[in-house]
Amino acid sequence: MAKTDPTTIPATPEPERRPLAAGGLRDIGQTYGGLATLILLTLFNIIFTPHFLSLQTLNTNLVQVAPTAIVAAGMTLVIATGGIDLSVGSLMAIAGALAPLIFLGKVLPLGENSVLGNILGVIIAIAVTGLLGLFNGTLITVFRIQPIIATLVLFIAGRGIAQVLTNGNLQNFSNPGFLFLGQGRVLGIPFQVILMVVVVIIVAVIVRTTTFGRYLLATGGNEVAARLSGIPVNTVKRSVYIVSGMLAGVAGLIIIAINSSSDANQVGLNGELDAIAAVAVGGTPLTGGQANVVGTLVGALIIQLIRTTLIANNVSPDIAQVINAAIILLAVYVQRQRKAS
Amino acid sequence: MTQIDPLLSMEHISKSFPGVVALTDAYMHINPGEVHALVGQNGAGKSTLIKVLTGASRRDGGTIVFDGRPVDFQSPQQAQNNGISTIYQEINLIPFRSVAENVFMGREPRRFGLLDWGRMHRETDTILHSLSIAIDVTQPLLNYNIAIQQMVAIARAVSFKSKLVVMDEPTSSLNEHEVATLFAIIRRLKDEGVAVIFVGHRLDELYAICDRVTIMRDGRTVGVYPMQAITKVELVAKMLGKELGEVRRSQTGFDASQHHAEQTVLIEASGLRQGRKLQGASVDVHAGEIVGLAGLLGSGRSEVARALFGADPIEAGQVSMDGHPVHFRSPADAIQAGIGLCPEDRKAEGIIPYLSVRENLTLAALPVLSRNGIVSREKQLQVVDQFIQRLGIKTAGPEQKIRELSGGNQQKVLLARWLCLNPKLLILDEPTRGIDVGSKVEIQSLINELAEQGLGVLMISSELEELTEGSDRVVVLRDGQTVATLDREHISQNAIMAAMAQSDQDSSALGEDEPADSASDKRSAPIAQTVNDEVEHGED
Repeated sequence: MAKTDPTTIPATPEPERRPLAAGGLRDIGQTYGGLATLILLTLFNIIFTPHFLSLQTLNTNLVQVAPTAIVAAGMTLVIATGGIDLSVGSLMAIAGALAPLIFLGKVLPLGENSVLGNILGVIIAIAVTGLLGLFNGTLITVFRIQPIIATLVLFIAGRGIAQVLTNGNLQNFSNPGFLFLGQGRVLGIPFQVILMVVVVIIVAVIVRTTTFGRYLLATGGNEVAARLSGIPVNTVKRSVYIVSGMLAGVAGLIIIAINSSSDANQVGLNGELDAIAAVAVGGTPLTGGQANVVGTLVGALIIQLIRTTLIANNVSPDIAQVINAAIILLAVYVQRQRKAS
Repeated sequence: MTQIDPLLSMEHISKSFPGVVALTDAYMHINPGEVHALVGQNGAGKSTLIKVLTGASRRDGGTIVFDGRPVDFQSPQQAQNNGISTIYQEINLIPFRSVAENVFMGREPRRFGLLDWGRMHRETDTILHSLSIAIDVTQPLLNYNIAIQQMVAIARAVSFKSKLVVMDEPTSSLNEHEVATLFAIIRRLKDEGVAVIFVGHRLDELYAICDRVTIMRDGRTVGVYPMQAITKVELVAKMLGKELGEVRRSQTGFDASQHHAEQTVLIEASGLRQGRKLQGASVDVHAGEIVGLAGLLGSGRSEVARALFGADPIEAGQVSMDGHPVHFRSPADAIQAGIGLCPEDRKAEGIIPYLSVRENLTLAALPVLSRNGIVSREKQLQVVDQFIQRLGIKTAGPEQKIRELSGGNQQKVLLARWLCLNPKLLILDEPTRGIDVGSKVEIQSLINELAEQGLGVLMISSELEELTEGSDRVVVLRDGQTVATLDREHISQNAIMAAMAQSDQDSSALGEDEPADSASDKRSAPIAQTVNDEVEHGED
């Protein structure tokens, strides 16, 4: 990777024309820069971390990364339009607070743990976080508030709402139907891992092949030009915040299902930062106009693996945070270099 | 020729970027106190040569002698401290800071370690005064228009006591009065013995202000001539590397005699109002007709275009298409009705830089090229290949990023973005601004051809040749109002200029009270006549 020392390259401006297919190479570089980091990390663990090569380790890591990766997939879309969604962590808490209220029969007379209660709990929780996403999108498109400020509103208020919903109480439950979300397996594979893969594939396909995907990239790439080309930029923007909100809701439900309990204080805490970090490490620039969804998954895996590595090697949590940040910085830097070359 | 020692000589300059050779054996000699034009098509190496001179880029080979010493500047700052100032096309000053701060940026006068504001303001005042610019130097730069900002950039250059000032397309955002002011300043610099390198596209301007010209093509210097010793046609031929016979007699690719304007009015707008920008503007376009829209900067030309396209809301006025009243609430509505708009600022409002030629070209046509929201890549490529061929777009392929294309080719992609929808009306806002001469003629011929085939075109242009040679009619705007409509036989550069500068006295002839239904009949010779009577020749 260190074949040229960046300091010896004179700071020449970009040439007027690039060689053929440089764009394609760069895209590959973005994905593979992340992949290379992931592989290096894995190799490091295989050598230094005891018992790393086991199905158990793989499962644990994938299960833990799933909620972050699902939120980050939505975040990738938001960032591709040139926005950001700080509210996702709080929306996870709201979904996590709402669903048990419903399937425990506390708001609707459905009885405890009924099938209908489970279904309604999931649907209503995701619908509500989707609506809150619409709220974000409306602040941004109708009231022209900058995304970082607009979504800060729910970042702050959202967790409060979740606590008010539950009176600040921990909600414990043992509801086999619902717990399947976080603890179930299909053909031996944890359910949320399958969900994560499906979400990432769907989002990637949307970006690549649909009209909406083109609209999204055009809006983030040059909003004025997109509007003048007849693209409904406001609808596009509202849509990505709705999707981001709904995916945050899904992630919140997975987390409470893993824990068999919902704590409005804890669910999705720092979720927005993890998601943004995954997007950045995954090679999607925060300036908008580009989206690398598969890269985001790789980014989420890298961050997860760093965490596992540090814990497994008995690094104290305080130091672990710093090392985690340093490695993220490195991963992003590697990709910037590849972009520039 | 008797030879004074040149102020600057650059010899055998070469420079290559990864994959591209930008300069091979380029040279340039500048005498003290001369205004020297540097011309060439996009990609000819002008900018690279300038960057090598000012230290923004390092050269691979060659020598630069400035003021009697061989030099090798490491940065534009170093060049500036040694007497070479550069004024870029995009003004790189800081809009939120005051005029004085901008002039002294990086070497603010200090007193006891603190900024000496009094001295800074006084000295800025003196410099600006010497350039005949009277503005409040304590105001933020953004309070002034782009022309004044350009003058401030020049003032900054002057304050460095530069011996050589490089101006990279300094007139591209100036109107004619502002150009005159700029030229006056250049002449003053010249009188003080300062040399100027003037990079530009507009031939008239080059001939008006420059003493000599260096012509570049494909990274080489292909000729140096005294301005009087070379005709415009010869100059263009040198730039294009073509023999004289190949260059058209006219300077544009237009031939209005080929158009057959149809009787039916395609679009008709009257009494458009929008704040202070539009105060009763009217315009109509027939099928198969090119209507030129003329006016000084700020006359409301672009605003008319945007209003017709539904990009900005209008407060009053009627628009009808094919005889039916229409109300476009967004560009999407206008596109649906068969209108396309190529905006004035290609980079800011036209291209999506990180998307490919394919994606950019098909952006507006996606609903047509998709099924159930899934885009058919095959159909996209069919369309893209067809237009790359038809318009002669020079690109490495459909997947090349559009930002890597030259300005002319970007504009062709933007034209194709609309043409693939088979529109009825194209609104072109400065379709050839900042585009090299070769592509310019190609684009003009294309517009001409489209009109022949029955497309209605509304063309905004600041270039009088483009308007006079290309238009079947010219509508002139001033202060947001339509002040004249010139028929084919009355179109002339003088008539257009006179209408743009016309005084208020007879604006009642086409005032806002005119009934909408008679507007199309009245696009009228009488007004053109009054305009012709008022023609004045007032230079300097």
